[in-house]
Amino acid sequence: MPALAALSAALVGLAIVLAFWVAPEDADQGISQRIFYFHVPIALTAYACFGWGAWKALRYLWTREERHDLESYVAIHQGTIFGALTLATGSIWAKASWGHWWVWDSNQLVLFLVLFLFYSAYFMLRFSIEDGPRRANMSAVYALFGVALIPVSFLAIRLAEDFIHPTTFTRDGPQMTGSMFLAFCVSWLAITLVAYTLYRVELLGKRLDGNLRELREALSS
Amino acid sequence: MIRARALEKRFGQRRALRPLDLALERGGFLVVTGANGSGKTTLLRLVAGLAAPTRGTLSVDADRGSLGYLGHEPLLYRDLTALENLDLYGRLYRVPERRERIGMLLERYGLWDVRADRVASYSRGMTQRLALCRALLHEPELLVLDEPFTALDADGAALLDRQLAELAGSATVLVTTHEPLRVEPLATARLALA
Amino acid sequence: MTTYLADVAALARKDLRLELRARDTLPAMLLFVLSTLVVFHFALPTGADEVAAHGLLWVALVFTALLGLARAWAPERDGGALEGLVLAPSDRSAIWLGKSAAVFVFLGLIELVALPAFALFFSPLQREALLGVFLANVGICAVGTLLAAMAAVSRTRELILPLLFLPLAIPLVVGGVGSSVSTDPGRYLLFLGLYDAVFAILCWASFEYVVSE
Repeated sequence: MPALAALSAALVGLAIVLAFWVAPEDADQGISQRIFYFHVPIALTAYACFGWGAWKALRYLWTREERHDLESYVAIHQGTIFGALTLATGSIWAKASWGHWWVWDSNQLVLFLVLFLFYSAYFMLRFSIEDGPRRANMSAVYALFGVALIPVSFLAIRLAEDFIHPTTFTRDGPQMTGSMFLAFCVSWLAITLVAYTLYRVELLGKRLDGNLRELREALSS
Repeated sequence: MIRARALEKRFGQRRALRPLDLALERGGFLVVTGANGSGKTTLLRLVAGLAAPTRGTLSVDADRGSLGYLGHEPLLYRDLTALENLDLYGRLYRVPERRERIGMLLERYGLWDVRADRVASYSRGMTQRLALCRALLHEPELLVLDEPFTALDADGAALLDRQLAELAGSATVLVTTHEPLRVEPLATARLALA
Repeated sequence: MTTYLADVAALARKDLRLELRARDTLPAMLLFVLSTLVVFHFALPTGADEVAAHGLLWVALVFTALLGLARAWAPERDGGALEGLVLAPSDRSAIWLGKSAAVFVFLGLIELVALPAFALFFSPLQREALLGVFLANVGICAVGTLLAAMAAVSRTRELILPLLFLPLAIPLVVGGVGSSVSTDPGRYLLFLGLYDAVFAILCWASFEYVVSE
């Protein structure tokens, strides 16, 4: 575990170096474009977390084993954190690029807003039900709804462009040269590793909590 | 018919049922007693399939269509009449000759005169009687009754006594009660929960 | 199959009968949607175009549906009847389908009044818009009924239903508004159909887990 953490930290460091110093500067957007090297990987990682969470939810409904429920919850928790980070980095990028803290024409950003709302409701749901198979069932079903919502929402937002006239900002989408691509990949790997590390850490922490509780009960009865 | 080993139920951190072994053969009559909070209701809900065990194994040799359950709640629609309630359940349980069976039960339990009144207008005792009709509607092979004598007046209790006596031997019965002496003559097994 | 549909029909009939008897949800929804439309008249600045009005129609429909959905499972809660339904040998998904069908009928009845009112207050609705309403209703009822069952179990009850429902309703609003105002409504109708298919299947398959332990 410590090795994992160290590796993640090292990779993130490398990614930062690559993104800010090695990769060439973008002609239009200048330094603000650098944040892309983090914004997009963070977004991709969030999707991955939600997907993993949904997979674990499915496993839980299949096997009824408590650990899958815990894994699903932790994955979605991480996904939400990274989702929030996506919104934050996206906002910074928007401010740096266009002078506004929020723009509606980045489909990805709007999608994340919707997903963020959805998964926030996940936690509200989970915390309003008593611990037990019921809570695990509901969380799992809702997690599956989330993963179905991702493509459907994306389509919806795309379609909405028709009548939601965005202000005419230039669309993003950097064409990446070799070293840009390298910086991007390293960053992506680094962030995925960070997410995985955090996932493992939180899972371990929750499991320890559970074991401690069981121990306490066994001693008291 | 019912077999449980190290059956345990927990709600998060709260333990509702301590590890328990149980075996009840077909046609048996098990009387479960215990103080409030000892897990009687939890046990019955586990057997009925309304809750899943946290630990241990439980096998019940009866599918949903041959199981009759009477819980603390009447499991009825308060704004429907007795007839409407039983008709709905009769359909869901695929009761053959539904009307006749409903009529027979309502009459037997003294509810025929109020059959077209909404359940919301019933007294507690009448509601309990109707809940009993609901549980018996489909002639279940396994009857799970949680404190069935609650709220029944002397007449109602006598009707239930007679019903249980009729069922003993042909159906498998699992009853919790605070008055074990009442059903003692019929019991083939007893379980006291701590 | 026929027994499945018979179960669904019996359950839906039960809900219709209950509403006919109690007559509390439908009038409330009706008054709510009409009041909302009037509020919108005052909320729209002069010169606001037709598109904005159509958008607000969808807001009104979604929130009216939420009002109805909040109480959808109340009869089952009152006497504990939900457990009675769960114990029955019928498929658990039939419980969801029966209830959704009833909610669909209620929503449809409300819209029979609300849509003409909208046409009267604001602007007429095209055929595609009406088809959009129909398709969106399917999605609202399917997803809303399941989420309402979840909310019924939670400690916060009705409070949590809008939080669960609104993110999932966003695609429906997009589809609905698109079918009303776009020059190519076909795409939006297709999209609504897709939403309905995906989420109806998901609801149908997962309702079992929402009501069981």
